[in-house]
Amino acid sequence: MKKLKSLFSGLYLTLTFIFLYLPILTLIVFSFNDGKGSRWKGFSLRWYEDLFESRVIMDALSNTLIIALAAALIATVIGTLTCIGINSLKGAPKAVYMALNNIPLLNSDLVTGLSLMLVFITIGWKFGYSTILAAHITFNIPYVILSVMPKLRQTGKAPYEAAIDLGATPVKAFMKIVFPELVPGILSGFLLAFTMSLDDFIITYFTRGAGINTLSTLIYSEVRKGIKPTMNALSTLMFISVLVLLVIVNLRPSGKKEKN
Amino acid sequence: MNKSAFHKKLLAGPYLVWMIGFTVIPLLLIAWYGFTARDGSFTLENVTAIRTPEHLKALGLSLALSLTCTGVCLLLAYPLAMILKGSGLGKKGFIVFIFILPMWMNFLLRTYAWLNLLDDGGILFQICKRLGLPTVSLVGTNTAIVLGMVYNYLPFMVLPLYNVLVKIDENVINAARDLGANSFQVFYKVILPLSFPGIVSGITMVFVPSLTTFAISDLLGARKILLIGNIIEQEFSTANNWHLGSGLSLVLMVFILISMAALSHYDKNGEGTSF
Amino acid sequence: MRNKKELAALTISIAALAAASMPALADEKYPNGQVKVFNWGEYIDEDLIEQFEEEYGIEVIYDTFDTNEAMYPKVEADPSMYDVVCPSDYMIEKMIQNELVQEIDWDQIPNREYIGDIYLESCEQFDPENKYCVPYTFGTVGILYNTTMVEEDTEIDSWNVLWDETYENDIIMQDSVRDAFMISLKRLGYSCNSVDEKELEEAMQELKIQSKLNKAYAIDEVRDKMINEAAAIGVIYSGEYMYCKEENEDLSYAIPKEGTNIWYDGWVITSKSENVENAHKWLNFLCEPESALANFEYIYYATPNIGAQEMIDEELLEDPGVFPDEEVIRNCEVYSYLGEEAEDQYYELWKQVK
Repeated sequence: MKKLKSLFSGLYLTLTFIFLYLPILTLIVFSFNDGKGSRWKGFSLRWYEDLFESRVIMDALSNTLIIALAAALIATVIGTLTCIGINSLKGAPKAVYMALNNIPLLNSDLVTGLSLMLVFITIGWKFGYSTILAAHITFNIPYVILSVMPKLRQTGKAPYEAAIDLGATPVKAFMKIVFPELVPGILSGFLLAFTMSLDDFIITYFTRGAGINTLSTLIYSEVRKGIKPTMNALSTLMFISVLVLLVIVNLRPSGKKEKN
Repeated sequence: MNKSAFHKKLLAGPYLVWMIGFTVIPLLLIAWYGFTARDGSFTLENVTAIRTPEHLKALGLSLALSLTCTGVCLLLAYPLAMILKGSGLGKKGFIVFIFILPMWMNFLLRTYAWLNLLDDGGILFQICKRLGLPTVSLVGTNTAIVLGMVYNYLPFMVLPLYNVLVKIDENVINAARDLGANSFQVFYKVILPLSFPGIVSGITMVFVPSLTTFAISDLLGARKILLIGNIIEQEFSTANNWHLGSGLSLVLMVFILISMAALSHYDKNGEGTSF
Repeated sequence: MRNKKELAALTISIAALAAASMPALADEKYPNGQVKVFNWGEYIDEDLIEQFEEEYGIEVIYDTFDTNEAMYPKVEADPSMYDVVCPSDYMIEKMIQNELVQEIDWDQIPNREYIGDIYLESCEQFDPENKYCVPYTFGTVGILYNTTMVEEDTEIDSWNVLWDETYENDIIMQDSVRDAFMISLKRLGYSCNSVDEKELEEAMQELKIQSKLNKAYAIDEVRDKMINEAAAIGVIYSGEYMYCKEENEDLSYAIPKEGTNIWYDGWVITSKSENVENAHKWLNFLCEPESALANFEYIYYATPNIGAQEMIDEELLEDPGVFPDEEVIRNCEVYSYLGEEAEDQYYELWKQVK
């Protein structure tokens, strides 16, 4: 019975991974295509050569990573603090908070992007990195809150109150008791936020200053003339480097355990 | 105790300011556009325009598809999260990454990849032909759109579910077993209720973007299928009618708020996860 | 604790990636200031930008957009954000009407002599007296078909083929209001700039009938779908034809005899440009035959630069799909900007088609 169960689990996981990674696989395969389209024309590394020669793509890559990282970090900090704050609220104020929090999720990106652009113009904030960052933080925070909130609610108040009764300061009690419980939620909130930033096109487009490109704005502007496989090549490299890193991080500690 | 609760409330302050600046004011701008005509005079026309047959049809279809997508995501993600929970806690971060990683590849590139896989003459088509299997083209059907939505939003369901499931104390489950509950009862009486906050978060994060999407339906629906997201997007981006676009957006927003309110009704803890 | 480690590792890796991709800080000085360029994506041979920077000592801040409609609100919101922009014909007309562009001082662009008279004359349809725009590329809207998938004895030379039931579920239609209505209007013998309610209604009804035969509507995906042989017939811009042909030899391009739309993308200088002189230098540089040729070879869209045309392969020059001859050009119409009311009318009808 147990065997059957684990067999089923294995099969289910495998199928899900195939589903998730099939498009990525085609992306990778076609980064080595000699032609531009989705017809196989022979193996070639030309897109990789193009990639490293392109100043525009390299600039866009560093912009993308810096903005996504900064926006996700700031959003995670604000989002987590806000969760704690909201959690201590009750009734109407709490409901209002959560409703407002959902609004950036409700709007289509286009509406958010255009309206943010109009707001920046009205208050005279000059377009540049800071406007993109502000916009990204805005749409990131809701994801952090939606990730952290369930965790916070799951964490009972009793241990925290017990710690306080035993003489811990609220901050210390929080850091020792509540925070560790929140870490998985915070981590997945951060990852979601980072991911949303990485992928955003429309909001970035409308809130950026002249000459600032991210990978998404670059890819979208290539649509009319055909997205070049250089972008596939770049995705492949990013994918492989993250994967390798992941494997290293995950293998090392377990290896140590075995030695011990 | 009171003092510390007050301090805690203060923590929510900065975000309130932030929201007023970057959420409420933009929202008011949209409302202003939605309730005015091109000449600046007040009108309800942009909002009532939802009643025309084209718009109603698009809204209905959007609702049907996004509900299907949310349902499929929930059905797929729950067993998945359970399996992941059972697969050992040490790999926590790794598992999370596995689901997030595909999303680090650009959305447009990924959706194009699906198009290349599913289209007539696409990769799966050619493989099927080689193998002598019957060939079907999914592109241009509702199925393809739902598939694209599920693909893109599944991680949004898996992550919150997994997060709450991992936190459920094994002792509680064992206790239920010891008291004579069978597997089904354990699930229904213990695990499911305890995972509710995760379900609500997941539904919010899947339902909302799938209701408003336009890129997925554009590419995988062969642009033959108009969802409400496509109509709003076109009003802004090509028809250049921000007023009608805003009006329809407002209607859609109210729609989502109502569904979210209905959802929180089922939230037994009643503390309002999303509301 | 594991999670913290993961997070730290992730942060470090991302930071490392970012650092590795940071460009070496450019020390070169640009004594002559800068010029801010807003162009379609992938619409220039990037080497030209560097060449211009070196030759003129002007730094180019280069930026791209993906549709005219996405470009417009940005320029409207802040006309000083860019110095030169490259929109399409009807959008140029709209920008002229809304005073977002300024007159070009042709004395500063001696290379104007290389631009063919026929093209300048054609541009007068949206830019009377050629005051505002330097034509950059042009092309037609036509039918791309797969010679192995259409019936042998029929010649593809009319929009009627899109209404031909033999090609049911084998047609890819442009998902753009103006292009779709242009096709229907031209087929009925009307102008593609019609605002006559009856004509538009008639065109809409025809499009509705036509929509039953379509396998898909598409914009940029027409290209890939046709290359993959997902359909026999597609409506496409002539500039895409060369790209498609390179990937799939069976594809051919036809300009329907009822006439079609001829479009231009051209450079304009924004009304509040802060680098007007540099903007002119940029435009003059792009009008050099060598620059125009480099661009043509990179983006494949036809160039109105006669100097460049003289250096292009005879075979390509004579392919009407790439360079339509004078007779075809005269049979074609440019889109004009119809105003907001007419635009709304087109969209109302368009939504009823699908």
